[in-house]
Amino acid sequence: MRKIRTPYLLLLPGFAFLFTFFILPIINLAQTSTQTRIPGGDTGQYEQTLRFTNYFDAFIENREQFTRSFVYALLATLLALAISYPLAYAIAFKSGKYKNVLLVLVIAPFFTSFLLRTIAWKQILGEEGFVVPTLRTFGIISDSTTLTSTSFAVVMGMTYNFLPFMTLPLFASIDRIDPKTLEASGDLYANGITTFRKVTLPLSMPGVVAGTLLTFIPAAGDYVNAAILGSPNTKMLGNVIESRYFRVVDYPTAAALSFTLMVAILILVTLYIRKVGTEELV
Amino acid sequence: MTKASIEARGDLRLTRLTKSYGDFTAVDDLSLTIPKGSFFALLGPSGCGKTTTLRMIAGLEEPTAGSIYLGETDITTTKPYQRPINTVFQNYALFPHLTIFENIAFGLRRRGKSDVKEAVEKVLNLVELPHLAQRKPTQLSGGQQQRIALARAIVNRPALLLLDEPLGALDLKLRRQMQIELKWIQKEVGLTFVHVTHDQEEAMTMADTIAVMNEGQIEQMGSPADLYDNPETAYVANFLGQSNLIKGTISGNDGDSQIVDLFGQKISLPKSRSHAVDNSTYAGIRPEKFRISLLETPVKGNVLTGGRIEDVSYIGVSTQYQVEMPWGQELMVFEQNDDGVAPFKKGDAVNISWEPAFTFGLRGDEDATAGSEVAPEVLDEE
Repeated sequence: MRKIRTPYLLLLPGFAFLFTFFILPIINLAQTSTQTRIPGGDTGQYEQTLRFTNYFDAFIENREQFTRSFVYALLATLLALAISYPLAYAIAFKSGKYKNVLLVLVIAPFFTSFLLRTIAWKQILGEEGFVVPTLRTFGIISDSTTLTSTSFAVVMGMTYNFLPFMTLPLFASIDRIDPKTLEASGDLYANGITTFRKVTLPLSMPGVVAGTLLTFIPAAGDYVNAAILGSPNTKMLGNVIESRYFRVVDYPTAAALSFTLMVAILILVTLYIRKVGTEELV
Repeated sequence: MTKASIEARGDLRLTRLTKSYGDFTAVDDLSLTIPKGSFFALLGPSGCGKTTTLRMIAGLEEPTAGSIYLGETDITTTKPYQRPINTVFQNYALFPHLTIFENIAFGLRRRGKSDVKEAVEKVLNLVELPHLAQRKPTQLSGGQQQRIALARAIVNRPALLLLDEPLGALDLKLRRQMQIELKWIQKEVGLTFVHVTHDQEEAMTMADTIAVMNEGQIEQMGSPADLYDNPETAYVANFLGQSNLIKGTISGNDGDSQIVDLFGQKISLPKSRSHAVDNSTYAGIRPEKFRISLLETPVKGNVLTGGRIEDVSYIGVSTQYQVEMPWGQELMVFEQNDDGVAPFKKGDAVNISWEPAFTFGLRGDEDATAGSEVAPEVLDEE
């Protein structure tokens, strides 16, 4: 009997944590999402009326930010993938004794706060930074163009902030590839490009899937980058939820939006894993 | 160039091939011809340059100097994927994400061959694993993976098949079985096989021709019987099997033979088997060529007297004796146990005799222990 109970006892702390800090808040969120304002009540006083049209209203009102969240997250994910793949490949196969140093450098940004790094980007892309004058000197942007408060800055910020989440799983996946299989591919009449398409990429797919998920999911819900680097025109859903909760004190709408975002991400991720997911992941 | 090189056929010729890594010369001015259709073994201990040579032939390493020809085509700088050469890698390097069928079909598909299915099925039958076509490599045993690696290479019908220690990861029994199978498959498909190994028994079992490599150069090349019966250097004498090397002086001639003085006892050595450059020599005799007899028994041929049996090891099929000679050297003797028992015991005073034709002569300035201190079977990959 004792043997059978042991695994459950070991799982208990985890379950307790998840229950308290995930299940209960989710239930609470679900309850809040269908409430309505108490007639004549104070700000922030709501009662349960099971008004499911809250969802519909919230969605219609914030369609634009919804779309923007997913477009920005997608762009940031693709950019991060384009930057991280060569980086992870180089660290795995070409870095020799510097492998560990480079890996530490990849996670080094985590030693400073997320907020601070994003504010630093504001400086970098600002008028006083070196980027804007340089681009102007080479005539890539006109003198009147600025980079801060643009969707460009928001996407760049997200790309930068989530880059390690893309790089690390990619590295783990590529590092596991036996270099001999790449030699074998060349030996079997595949040139460099074909070897990448037929051997390297398929073998690194678990890393691609993990990396894109780890980037896309937090990016879709992010509001820090849009708040610091963007403008009212670049607001994402996260910003709307934040202001509904803390400024407008419209809990039901905020809860409904949170739920909608969560479900939308869940559906997208499920479709994505179905489409490209490898056996190892499921 | 591309088309021409991929169609190249004929003998493989290495001319003055050299590969250096900084100060270290892995392959040193190596020239060698491997005839089309032969089973050729490059044999040597770890670090002798055999794997580097193989990788240069495959195109995975670029030679520092020298050329590689296949027939009349110079393939020295040809990319690996443009060479009509396939490799069976040491740890097989099968593609883990592809089925066995797709692993084998890989090379055919890259070259846009038709009837892929037929060719793959044929080669799967050849290696006797047709039922595994839809499995993944990780679901196969080591021996099965080895055969699939072989099938993946030979299905392309390359001008040259390179085998890099292909049996190193298998256990002894499976290795013996695969040695025989590989030899049979080579005869069956009629391709040129170049086999790199540190296992002298493996090389001798399979190859038509063996090149013994040492420090980036070829020490001696020939058929297994040539190398074993008439080694030209102490390194070969010790690396292939075991040898008794006795220091001596060439004291005269007797027709086709030399008379060699071994610590005061005269023996005869065929001139054709003497590789000495001056009067100083080592007389070499393989342990199983010796015969032991008690002092009073009359014997023919070369005789060394005054031996005393120091040690007797009975190992069933034969008995190994250590015989101490008057000059202090211990000679090793293998006697067949024809009568079922070891006829001599420790302390017996004996003579040692052998057919003069079995003697070989080495240069007297050689290191008699060269090649014996490397224990080939425990060495790792290079």
